[in-house]
Parts: sequence; C-alpha cells; structure tokens
Amino acid sequence: MADLSTDFLGIRSPNPYWLASAPPTDKLVNVLRAFEAGWGGVVWKTLGSQVKNVSSRYSAVGYHGSRVMGLNNIELISDRPLDLNLREIRECIRLFPDRAMVVSLMADNDRQSWQELIKKVEDTGAHGLELNFGCPHGMTERGMGAAVGQDPEIARLVVEWVMEAATIPVITKLTPNVHSVVPTGRAAVEAGSQALSLINTIQSVTGVDLDTFIPNPNVGGKSTFGGYCGPAVKPIALKMLTTIAQDPVTAKVPVSGIGGISTWKDAAEFMLLGSTSVQVCTAVMTHGFRIIEDLCEGLSNWMDEKGFARTTDFIGKSVPTLTHWEDLDMNYHIVARIDPEKCIHCGLCYIACEDASHQSIALTPGQPYNTYTIKEAECVGCNLCKLICPVDSCITMVEQRHGAEYLNWKEFQRRGLPLNDH
Amino acid sequence: MAITNHKLTDAEYAQNFSDIHPPLETRDAALVDANRCLFCYDAPCTKSCPTGIDVPKFIQQITTDNLRGSAHTIFSANIMGGGCSRVCPVEKLCEGACVYNLMDEAPISIARLQRYPTEKAIAGGWTLFSRAAPRGRKVAIVGAGPSGLSCAHVLARAGVEVTIYEKESKGGGLMTYGIAAYKVTPEFCSAELDYILSIGGISILYGQELGRDITLDQLRQQYDAIYLAFGVGVARRLDIPGEDLEGVVDAIRFIYDIRANGFSSVPVGDKVAVIGLGMTAIDAATQARRLGAGEVTLIYRRTEAEMPCTEAELDIAKLDGCRILWLTSPKAAIGDNGRLTGLVCSRMRLGEADHSGRRSPVDTGETVILEVDMVIKAAGQVPYTDLVQSAGLDNDKGRIRMGEGGATAIVMPATAAIVMPDSTAAYAPVFAGGDCVNGGKEVVDAVQAGKDAAAAILKYAGIEQPKN
Ligand SMILES: Cc1cc2nc3c(=O)[nH]c(=O)nc-3n(C[C@H](O)[C@H](O)[C@H](O)COP(=O)(O)OP(=O)(O)OC[C@H]3O[C@@H](n4cnc5c(N)ncnc54)[C@H](O)[C@@H]3O)c2cc1C
Ligand SMILES: Cc1cc2nc3c(=O)[nH]c(=O)nc-3n(C[C@H](O)[C@H](O)[C@H](O)COP(=O)(O)O)c2cc1C
Ligand code: SF4
Ligand code: SF4
Repeated sequence: MADLSTDFLGIRSPNPYWLASAPPTDKLVNVLRAFEAGWGGVVWKTLGSQVKNVSSRYSAVGYHGSRVMGLNNIELISDRPLDLNLREIRECIRLFPDRAMVVSLMADNDRQSWQELIKKVEDTGAHGLELNFGCPHGMTERGMGAAVGQDPEIARLVVEWVMEAATIPVITKLTPNVHSVVPTGRAAVEAGSQALSLINTIQSVTGVDLDTFIPNPNVGGKSTFGGYCGPAVKPIALKMLTTIAQDPVTAKVPVSGIGGISTWKDAAEFMLLGSTSVQVCTAVMTHGFRIIEDLCEGLSNWMDEKGFARTTDFIGKSVPTLTHWEDLDMNYHIVARIDPEKCIHCGLCYIACEDASHQSIALTPGQPYNTYTIKEAECVGCNLCKLICPVDSCITMVEQRHGAEYLNWKEFQRRGLPLNDH
Repeated sequence: MAITNHKLTDAEYAQNFSDIHPPLETRDAALVDANRCLFCYDAPCTKSCPTGIDVPKFIQQITTDNLRGSAHTIFSANIMGGGCSRVCPVEKLCEGACVYNLMDEAPISIARLQRYPTEKAIAGGWTLFSRAAPRGRKVAIVGAGPSGLSCAHVLARAGVEVTIYEKESKGGGLMTYGIAAYKVTPEFCSAELDYILSIGGISILYGQELGRDITLDQLRQQYDAIYLAFGVGVARRLDIPGEDLEGVVDAIRFIYDIRANGFSSVPVGDKVAVIGLGMTAIDAATQARRLGAGEVTLIYRRTEAEMPCTEAELDIAKLDGCRILWLTSPKAAIGDNGRLTGLVCSRMRLGEADHSGRRSPVDTGETVILEVDMVIKAAGQVPYTDLVQSAGLDNDKGRIRMGEGGATAIVMPATAAIVMPDSTAAYAPVFAGGDCVNGGKEVVDAVQAGKDAAAAILKYAGIEQPKN
C-alpha cells in the first residue's frame, strides 16, 4: 500500500487532499464531518473584515446531461463573527491534531489589519496561513482579493507585511484573472511567501435566462460577475500550475494545486505537474465529503501499480515534458486506425474529419451500416476522430515516423525543408 | 364454456388495456435517454425508418429544449409520427438498427422519445405547418387511413384542395379500427386525426364508399387526380369444414368491435384458438386474453424461425399467458348444434424450401383435437378484390399492381403507383398506395406511400413540392 501522507512545509496530513477555502470549510460542524470522512486537511474559509452576503449566490453550467460542469459563485469571505471562527478552529485542531489546519486570510489593505489578524489566527494553533489574493468579486471593489493578486507590487507589499508577523508557513493563493500568474507568484515568493496555491475562481457569466433576459444568478432582477470553478476549469488550472512549476523563482516553493479536482485521476495529474497537496471545493459541494474514499483508494492503487511508494516519488514528474512548440519533433507522425471489429458504424469520426479536419476517412455506403476506413496518406494525425469515437480503443493512433532523427521547427526552417505537404 | 361479453369489471378492462409502453412523463426522463444518443452521421436508425425521420436531429432538439423543432422534424417526415411512436414495430426498424445494439447495449428508446414532443404538439395544437396559396387544383382520396391522410397533408401544404371519401364514420383507418387497444386509444386516434386536419384544405366525406356511393370514373371526371388508399379487408378464409359454425370469427372484425364498440360489449370464449402468427394474430390473441378468455392458443404451421411477427410481439403474447402450438395447421372445426366445440389440427413438419426460400410445412398425417369454444382467424387479410376488379384496376389477386409510369412518363416512387396513367382531359390519373398496394404492411409504410403519392401527384400537376 502506497504511503499517501504529505508533508507540506512541515504541515502534515495523512493524505494530500485538503478542502479548499470555501463553504465546506466555514464552520466546525462541516470540518469535523470532513475529518471524520477522512479528509487530510482544510483551508478554513477566508477570514477578514466583516461582510454580508446576498441571496441567490450560485449558478452553474451543465453539459450534455451533467448538471454542474462549472460552478459560479458571488459569495464573499466568511460572514460569521471572527471570534466564533477562531474558537471553532481551535476546537477542530484539538479534536483532530493529525490533520492540516490552514487558515485563509484577507485583511483590510493595511499593515496593522493584516498583522493583528495573523496574531489572532496563530493563537488558535493553526498550522499555516493562506493569503487570499484571488477572490474575483465583491472584495476586489474594496481593494482586496484579486485586486491584490492582479498587481504584483501590491502583492509583494502585503506579503512583506505578513512575513513580518507570521511565525507559521505562509501560502499565497493566486488569482487566475491575469494573463500570467507568474509575476504575482514571483513577487510573493521574493517577499518571503514559503508556498503558493492556485487557482482561485475565474471571473465569469454563466448564462442568461432566456425568459427573463437576466443573467444568472439573478439577485432581484440584477446579476454580477462571479467566480467560476469545477471540472470545467481544470485544464486552465493545470496550465497555470505548470507555468509556476517551470519558472525558476516560483519552482523553488511547494504548491498546493486547486481547480476542478473531482477524482483521484485529476489529483494525480495536478501532482505530476508539481502540486504537493491538492485542494477540492466544487466536487464536495456537489457530492459531499464521502468522495474522499475513492480519492484516496484510487490514488493509492494507481501508485502501487506504478511503483510509487510515496507521493514525492512522482510530484512534478511531468513538468519537464511540457515544452515549447518549436521544440516538438516534426518527424513524429501518427495516423488513425479503425478497428473494424469494434466499430459500431456511428459515422461520428467520418463527419468530424470530413467537415473539420482533413477529409481522411472514406465512407462505403451500406444499409443500414456504412463502413468507415482511414485514408492513411491523407491523415495528418490530429486525433480528432479518436477523441470523438464512442467506443473505447476502437480508433488508435499508429506511429509512422517521417524520419528517424529528432527534427524540431528551428532546424526544419534552417534546412529550408518544404512546407504545406498537407 | 361459453362465449360471453362482460367477463370482467370496468376496472379490470382499464387495467388490461392500459398503455403498453407508458410515455416519458417528464423532461428529466426524456433527457436521460436523449443524452445517450450519439448523434450518428447518416444514421442507421433514420435509414431503417420507412419514412426516413431524422432521428438524431429530433433527439438532439429534445436536449436543447427545442420541442417545437423536434416535433416539426418528426412530422415533416411522418405526419403520423405520434401514432407511429406507439404502434411501430421499432425493434425491427429504427431501434433495431441503433448502433448501441452493436455494443450489446440497450438501444436508444427512439419510440418513447418520439412520443414526447409529438404528444405535446398534438395536445397543444401546435401550428407547425402552413398552407401554400390555393392552386385551384382538387384531388380525391379514397380512404382516410394512414396512407390517405399522409397524402392529404402533403397536398394541403402545397395548396391543393383535398376531398377524402371514407366508408366508415371515423377517420384513421386501421389505426382507429385495427391496431391493438393497448397501443393506441380512441381518444388519441381522434386527436391525431384532428391535428392532421387542422392544416385546413382537407374535407372528409364519411359514409361514402367507393363502388357503392361513387365510382372511380365519376371521381376521375370530377378531380384533377385520385389517390386510392383503401387498404385491405377482412381476414383470409381458412377453407376448412365447419368454418361457418357459430364461434368462428374474423380477427379484423373481432378487433374492429373492440375498438369501435368498447371492451365490455365484445364476446369472447373461455378457450380460444387463434390461427396465424402475424401482428394481427398476436393482437387478437392478447386482446382475447385481456378481455377475459381463460385459455388462448396460437396455432402456427411453421416454426419460430419463420414466424412473421417480431420477437417482441411474441413476448407480449407469451407474457399474457398465450400458448403457441408450432407446426400445427387447422383441418376442421367441429361443433354441436351449429356451435363450435373443437378444432381438429394437423401436425406438420418443414419440407423443402419454396421459391421464396421459406421451407413449406408438410402434413404429417397426425392430428390433434383442441377443445375450444372460439376460433379467431388471423391468417392474413384479403384485398378488396371485387372493388379493385370492377373499377378496372390492374391487379394481382386483388392487390393493386404497380404501374410502369406509363404514358405520363412520371418516374414512380417504389411505394406508390400510378395505376391509371391513361389520363385525358376528361379522366384524371389514378395513384394508389399503402396496404391496398403492398398487401398489408405497417402504418409507417402506408404513410410513406402517401408521401410518395403526393410528391408524384404534385409533380404530375406541375405544382411545387411544399417547403417548411
Ligand atoms: C389487427 C391489426 C393490427 C395491426 N397492428 C399494427 C401495428 O401494431 N403497427 C403497425 O404499424 N401496423 C399495424 N397494422 C397494419 C396497419 O394498420 C396498416 O398497415 C395501415 O393502417 C395501412 O394503412 P392504409 O391507409 O393503407 O389502410 P387502412 O388503414 O386500412 O385504411 C383504409 C381506409 O379506407 C377505407 N375504405 C376501405 N374501402 C373503402 C371504400 N371502398 N370506399 C371508401 N373508403 C374505403 C377504410 O375504412 C379505411 O379507413 C395492423 C393491422 C391489423 C389488421
Ligand atoms: C461558493 C464558493 C466560495 C468560495 N469562497 C472562497 C474563499 O472564501 N476564499 C478562497 O480563497 N477561495 C474561495 N473559493 C474558491 C475555492 O477555494 C477554489 O479555489 C475554487 O473553487 C477552485 O476549486 P474547485 O474547482 O475544486 O471548486 C470559493 C469557491 C466557491 C465555489
Ligand atoms: S486523425 Fe484527424 S486527419 Fe486523421 S483521420 Fe482522424 S480526424 Fe482525420
Ligand atoms: S467513431 Fe468509432 S465507432 Fe463510430 S464509425 Fe468511427 S470508428 Fe466506428
């Protein structure tokens, strides 16, 4: 059995799964139930200045029958009294001393507010602090949240204030609402933040009600930009995570990966691209704490199968394989192949290639089943047909190299090799 | 033993004849199946539908909440798409071809999905089609069954005035009078008919029988074209001794009475034998059981491999507790005082394959005697031979024969024939289709024949085919 225990800057947890700072971590009852279910740690719902929430807070995007592919929210940071939160945090640590307790913070934008808040939180015995520089709505208008995370110089200043006071590890949570997360990540690390976490939610409008013409969520006839998360954002989060894992400054600190993690597979992918721990919010909001069982069991079985004894054996393993386009091998060539035994004659590959790729699939009419075959000489190896084929391993991509040697674009150009052969 | 009506209570009748394939009640239920659809290209389901309904498209329109569009997709290919969703033997048509079968998975419930938007359209009276400006042309149709109505609807859309001559007092043909009561209700049939007629430009003259109230020659002189869609008639005679005993009945008549007069009024025996194993035989057997018959035996002269009904139909009969005697053929009905008391049957074996490739049954000489008080004849239907012959129509034992396109040089579609192309200024051409040409197939085939006939008539008359 693989060892899932995680050491994040000395913050220990029995597994790498933490609950992200959000409603599932906003009070004692939830957090105790999460710990009972087996969660490795929590990042307590962001504490800071007093706020008040509106009613009608979430909206979602579904796709082809699944209801919450992406979730959008217009909630603010914790709206419960600070003292109550602090008492409950202390109690949770007392009852579950082996779990990670990180507290998310977003103070008013001055040194004193940050430092007073840190002092109070450290008194609870919390193991780490997460600086919320990412909330995209409500707080930005007050000069907090994403407003800080979007300006590296402001972020640097705030982290400096924090580091003057903090005696426990500090994780800076980055906003994705920037063209690159690296500048703010660097500023935070240079100012002393010992770790990073990403991503927070992405600004969004999930849709417009076609009867009332009001975008959702509808708050008494008006809406506002919200923060998007859930399975839909995973690819964006993975890309941002990779840029942090590849930058020489930010690569030095551990990262807690967040964004659309719903299964152990998602978690393994985040870890392969550099996350030491992972955080989950939407998947728990839609399915409850019980998903932790398969998150752990699936990861453990996969690690056993791959021969990884502990998570550090594979954290970051895939980072070097993401390279620049011009370093890709132009001699690498694959073509599609259809297994006639498996094919169910749905024609989806044909119409996709015909209308949107390279007209590389031949249709032989039949009643009622047509036969589809690949015209190998035409196929550019784009993968489209394989991606849409509804039958597992019916279409495979077969390697047919153009040449034996590795040949990248720069070299290709230097040699003046012919273009547009397809 | 006795043949009596009122065998059951009203509640029992209602229970026994309730919808065999209950509809998808909610949007959620429809979406579960609609979302499974792969949206195949050049879809096998569509290619297996005689009317060519664009199945992936109407299912996708359910998923996008475009139910009007979905209903339009269905009705533009098949104006009886609502009725067909209840009565089609889909296991051998669209659902039988669904690619999920090739994955050994359950096919998409195409029929139930098709019922979902069409039911709403019919109940809500959605206006999905419009009529072209009047063309000043008149067409007469004989028979208000699926084929006649389908032809009428296309013609009406194209701006033609249509008059339908119908011998019964209700429209719908065998949809109304023939198909099992647990598939369609009288209420549904009349709602579907009203919906089809709501386009306008179609008038039905009820109680008007061709050959009795009007002749084909008269129609040819009064209209610009004629479409014959009068179907086929009563059940084939068995030609065995005792066939005229009290207790030996015609399946078509038996079913007609159930549909026309109500369950409790139809007498049924305690021990019933049904001759044949087609759709009609299955319907007669299952409905006899559901009317309260104690024992029902289906008698078929070949084996399961040759049976004309589908596996699914046979299962309905089996689940209703009907017994099947394979390789058995009726030899004589025996009676007492003019009333049926038993049926003598020959045991058969399969002999050589005939010209159609089917192995013919051969009498073994062995007999069995069944004690029965009712025999229902359902070994095929007989065409209206007299009518067809007296009207001077080219025919094959009463089945109207397809023309060659004749002097008019119209390229004829396969399912509807121009049968009297020798039109002159005084005599309009005659077209025919549906059961009266194909000898008795399904509703969906009759609908397609009506469409093809309408297309041919419009082409003949130089009128544009309807768009939308
Ligand atoms: C018992 C039974 C069960 C069936 N079950 C199914 C089923 O489950 N599913 C399925 O798809 N199909 C089924 N069928 C077949 C289906 O009903 C027919 O294929 C279809 O109705 C044929 O349509 P049609 O318009 O050609 O003829 P019909 O439906 O027979 O319509 C002909 C119309 O013409 C009228 N008519 C006849 N003679 C004249 C005349 N001389 N003058 C004026 N009007 C006349 C008739 O009254 C009738 O209204 C069944 C048939 C039977 C008999
Ligand atoms: C309703 C809701 C409230 C949230 N509140 C906070 C918050 O107070 N502080 C914070 O740092 N992130 C907050 N988040 C963002 C999550 O912590 C997380 O970064 C984001 O949802 C992406 O993860 P997921 O895809 O697993 O949901 C919130 C998310 C949701 C859905
Ligand atoms: S890989 Fe791309 S180009 Fe090749 S057959 Fe598939 S869709 Fe067409
Ligand atoms: S998508 Fe797959 S199953 Fe469908 S026709 Fe193509 S190869 Fe066959």
